[in-house]
Amino acid sequence: MLILFGMPIVQLLLFGFVITNDLKDVKMAVVDHSKDSYTNEIINKITSSGYFKLTDNLESINQVEGVFRKGEVKLALVFEPDFATNLTKESKAKVQILTDASDPNMANLAVNYLQGILQNYNLEINRGKVLPFQVKPQTRMYFNTSLESVFMFVPGIMATILMLVSAMMTSISIAREKELGTMEILLVSPLKPLQIILGKVTPYLLLSFINALVIVGMGYFVFGVPVLGSFALLMAESILFILLALSLGIFISTVSNSQQVAMMLSMFALMLPTILLSGFIFPIRNMPLPLQLISNIIPPRWFIVVIKNIMLKGVGFEYIWKETLVLIAMTTVFIGLSVKKFKIRLE
Amino acid sequence: MLPIIFVMPIIQLCILVFAATYDMKNTNLYVVDKDLSSHSRELISKFNGSPFFTVKDLGFSVDAGEKELFKDKVDAILVFEKGFGNDVDLKRPAGVQVLVNAIDASAAGLYNAYIQAVIQDYNLHLQPKLINAKTRQPIQIVDNSYSHLFNPEMDYIPYMLPGILVLLVTVIGLFLSAMNVVREKEIGTIEQINVTPIKKYQFLIGKLIPFLIIGFFELGVGLLLATFVFKIPFLGSLGLIYLVAFVYLLVVLGIGLLISTQTDTQQQAMFIAWFFMVVFIMMSGLFTPVESMPEWGQKLNFLNPVSYFIKMIRMIMLKGSGFKDVMRELGILGLYGIAMLTIAVNRYRKVS
Amino acid sequence: MKDEKQVIRVRNLFKKFGDFTANHDLSFDVYKGEIFGFLGANGAGKTTAIKILSGLSYPTSGEIEVAGFDVYKQRELLKRNIGYMSQKFSLYEDLTVYENIRFYGGIYGLSRKEIKMKADELLTTLNLEHVRNKRIGELPLGWKQKLAFSVAILHNPDIVFLDEPTGGVDPVTRRQFWDLIYEASRKGITVFVTTHYMDEAEYCDRVSIMVDGKIEALDTPSELKKQFEAKDMDAVFLRLARNSSYQE
Repeated sequence: MLILFGMPIVQLLLFGFVITNDLKDVKMAVVDHSKDSYTNEIINKITSSGYFKLTDNLESINQVEGVFRKGEVKLALVFEPDFATNLTKESKAKVQILTDASDPNMANLAVNYLQGILQNYNLEINRGKVLPFQVKPQTRMYFNTSLESVFMFVPGIMATILMLVSAMMTSISIAREKELGTMEILLVSPLKPLQIILGKVTPYLLLSFINALVIVGMGYFVFGVPVLGSFALLMAESILFILLALSLGIFISTVSNSQQVAMMLSMFALMLPTILLSGFIFPIRNMPLPLQLISNIIPPRWFIVVIKNIMLKGVGFEYIWKETLVLIAMTTVFIGLSVKKFKIRLE
Repeated sequence: MLPIIFVMPIIQLCILVFAATYDMKNTNLYVVDKDLSSHSRELISKFNGSPFFTVKDLGFSVDAGEKELFKDKVDAILVFEKGFGNDVDLKRPAGVQVLVNAIDASAAGLYNAYIQAVIQDYNLHLQPKLINAKTRQPIQIVDNSYSHLFNPEMDYIPYMLPGILVLLVTVIGLFLSAMNVVREKEIGTIEQINVTPIKKYQFLIGKLIPFLIIGFFELGVGLLLATFVFKIPFLGSLGLIYLVAFVYLLVVLGIGLLISTQTDTQQQAMFIAWFFMVVFIMMSGLFTPVESMPEWGQKLNFLNPVSYFIKMIRMIMLKGSGFKDVMRELGILGLYGIAMLTIAVNRYRKVS
Repeated sequence: MKDEKQVIRVRNLFKKFGDFTANHDLSFDVYKGEIFGFLGANGAGKTTAIKILSGLSYPTSGEIEVAGFDVYKQRELLKRNIGYMSQKFSLYEDLTVYENIRFYGGIYGLSRKEIKMKADELLTTLNLEHVRNKRIGELPLGWKQKLAFSVAILHNPDIVFLDEPTGGVDPVTRRQFWDLIYEASRKGITVFVTTHYMDEAEYCDRVSIMVDGKIEALDTPSELKKQFEAKDMDAVFLRLARNSSYQE
C-alpha cells in the first residue's frame, strides 16, 4: 500500500527535477591553433554561458574523433591558425564546430546555442562600426513563459502513473485471483459479476484519484505548474481517464490467464506506448503518419492534451469536448469487450 | 507467454523507433501582417520558402491568431505592426513580434530557434545593402562552420534504436526475473525446492541462465534488424556488445532476483520492478540528455545500470568505440553485477 | 514398533510468532520405519512443526534432531536425507512428468542413469507410463499427488514428511495413496504424515494429536481408543478437541 502512494511521489520529484531538455554543462573540447587573446575571449564567453564546459585542450583536429569515442565530450571547437591576425587584418576569422552527432538532438542544440553566442560576439566587436539596426524579433512564449520542461512532463507523468496504478494493477490483481482460483469462488457466489468487478475496481479508483490529487498538488507547490483552468473539470477528466484505465485493465485480465501474461501485456501494450506514443516526450506531429494514426488509439494521448489544456492554457470544456468524447468512447468499448469476453467464459 | 516475450519486443522496436524523434517536421505559422509592405512580404516569403515552416493563415488581428494558438492549430504567430517596412527603409531597428505556443516546451525552444535563424538570415541579406552607406570601416566577423561527425545526416533512428533495444531487453530481463522466484512462492513450489539440499547460488544461477539466453536472443534480433532493416552502420565489434550485454544482464537479473526474493506476491514484485524500471529509463539519457540533469541527478545515475549500457551500446555501434573506451563503464557495471548477485543470493532465505 | 532406533528426536520444541505460540513444548520420538501420524484441527500447529522438522523454518527453542542431524547446525545435511511433500501441490505444472522427475533427481545429485532407472520404475509402479511426456498441469489431482509423493522419495530418504498429502483427493485414490505409503515404509523409509482425516489415522503405527499447539495424546491407535473409551479415532479426536480454545 505504502509503495502505491510513495513511489509515484518519488518518481514525480525525481523526474520533475531531473528530466529536462535544456542544455547545461555540455562537455567541450578545444583545438586552438592560434591561442591568442581573441580565441581566449571567445572560449571564455562560451564557457561562461553555462551551457558548455571546457574539458579537453587538444593539439590537433585528428584527436577529436578519439575523444568523441570515449563518450564524454560532445563537441569540439577548432580555431584556425593566426585567428587574431585574420580577424584584424582580413576582418574574417574562422572557427569550426565539430559535433558528436550520434546524438543528433544534442548536436543540433549545441550548434544552435554556439552560433547564438558567436553571433553576439560579432555584434560586440563591431560595436560602433555599424548601426545595430536590424529586424529584431520580440518573442513571447504562451502557456509556458520560461519554457520549463516540468510543465510538459507533469501531465505526462500523471498519465503514466494513473495508467499504471489503474490498468496494470487491476489487470494483475484479477489475473491473480484467477491463478489462485479465488475468482471461481467469487463467481459461484450470489454476487453479480458487476458487483465483483466493482469490488475489485473501487480501491484502485480511490487510490488513483488520490494519486492524481497528489500529483497536481505537487506540480503546483513544488514545481510551480499552474492550474489555470477549472480544478473541478480537471478532476472530472482525471476520473474519466482513471475509469478508462480501469476498464482497460479489466479487459487485459479477461484475456490473460496468469499474472505474468497480464503483466507482460500491460507492460508492452501500455507502458512503453504511454511513454513514447502519447506525446509525453516526443511530439506526435513529428512522427511518421502511420504512427500518428496509431497514437490515436493510445488513451493517454488524449488525456495529456486535456490536462495540458486545462492546466496550462486554462481553457474550458468547449476546447476539450472532442478529446473527452474520445475518452468516453474508449471506456465504453473496453467495458463492452470485457463483458462479452466474460460471458463467453461463463458459457 | 512465449510469443509475448519474443515477438512483442521486436514489434515494439520496429514501431517505437519511428516515434522517438525530435526532428522538426513542420511548424505552422499564423501571420498577422498589419503592415502589408514589401519588406514584411519578403520576410513572410522567406518563412514560406523554408522547409520548416508553413504559413497556415494570414490575418489582420492578433486575437484571431491567438484563438488558433489556443486550439493548437498553429505553433507560432508572427505579428508585423504597421510601420515595419517604414522602419526598415529608414534603417531604424524594426520589430516583429513572435508569439510561440509553448505548451510543449522542448518543441517551443526549437520553433523559436528556427524562427530566429530565418530572421537572422534576412538581416544578413539586408546588411550588405546598408553597410557602405554608413562607414567605410570594415566589420570583423568570426565566421563559423560546422560538421556533424558519425551521423552527418542527423538521423534519429541510429541514435534511438540502440537505446530502445536496451530498454526492451531490460524490461524483459528485469520483469521476468523479478516475478520468478516470487511466483514460485505463490504457487508453492519454492517449499519443495527449499527442503532439498540444493545450494542457494545453484538455484539462482539456474534461474539466471534462461533469462540470459532470452536477453541475448532479443538483443541479437534487434541488432539484425538494426543492420539489415534500418541500415544503421555498425562500426564497433559485435563481440564487445555481447560482452557488455552479458555484464549488464547480470546486473539487471541480479536486481530482479533481489526484488523477487524480497517480496511475497507477484504484484508487489511487479510494482517495485516497474518503479525502478521507469526511474532507470527516464534517467538513462535515452530520451533526454544526461548532461541536462542537475549535478545530483547525474550522481544518482552512477547507480543506474541502464545509463551505462545505453551509453556503451551507442558508443560501440555508432562510433566504433573499442574496449579501452568503455573499460571504465564496463568495470563499474561488472562490480555492480557481482554486488547485486551476491546480495540476491544472500537475501534469498531457504529457511524462514 | 519395528525398530527402536530414533530417527526424529524432539525435546521441548517451542515456536512463537510474536505473542502467538504455534508449538508449545513439544517432545516426542519417531522410530525408524514407522508411520507416524500427526493429527490436529486446522490451526493446531501441525504445519508449523513439520516445517521446523524439515528445515524450512527455525524453531524458537528446543532440541531437535532429524535423521541424526541437528536442525540448527546441520540443516543442509539433514535435507539430503529427507523427502517432503507439502499441502500445496509442488511439482512444476508447466513441465512434463518426466521433466519433473529429472529436475528433482538432479537436485538431489542422482546420476542420469539412476534418474532414468528410477523414473521407469516409478512410472511402472504407478501405472503412469502413458503420461510420461504429458505436462503435469493436464493430469487429474489424484495422479499428481501420487507422482509428487513418488518424487519426494526418489532419492531414498530416511524420512519423508507429508503435509496433508491427501487433501481434496477421492477415497479410492486415497486408498491407493496409502498403499504407496506402506510400500515406502516397508523399504525402511520413516513416514511422518499430517492429516485431518481420522480414518487415515487408523492406518498409522502411532498417532499424536495436537490441540492448540500442544500434543495432547500420543500412542498407537488401538491404545488411544482404549484410553479414551472410544469406538474410533474420530471419537478420540472429538473428545480432545472439545477442550480447544477455538471451540465454535
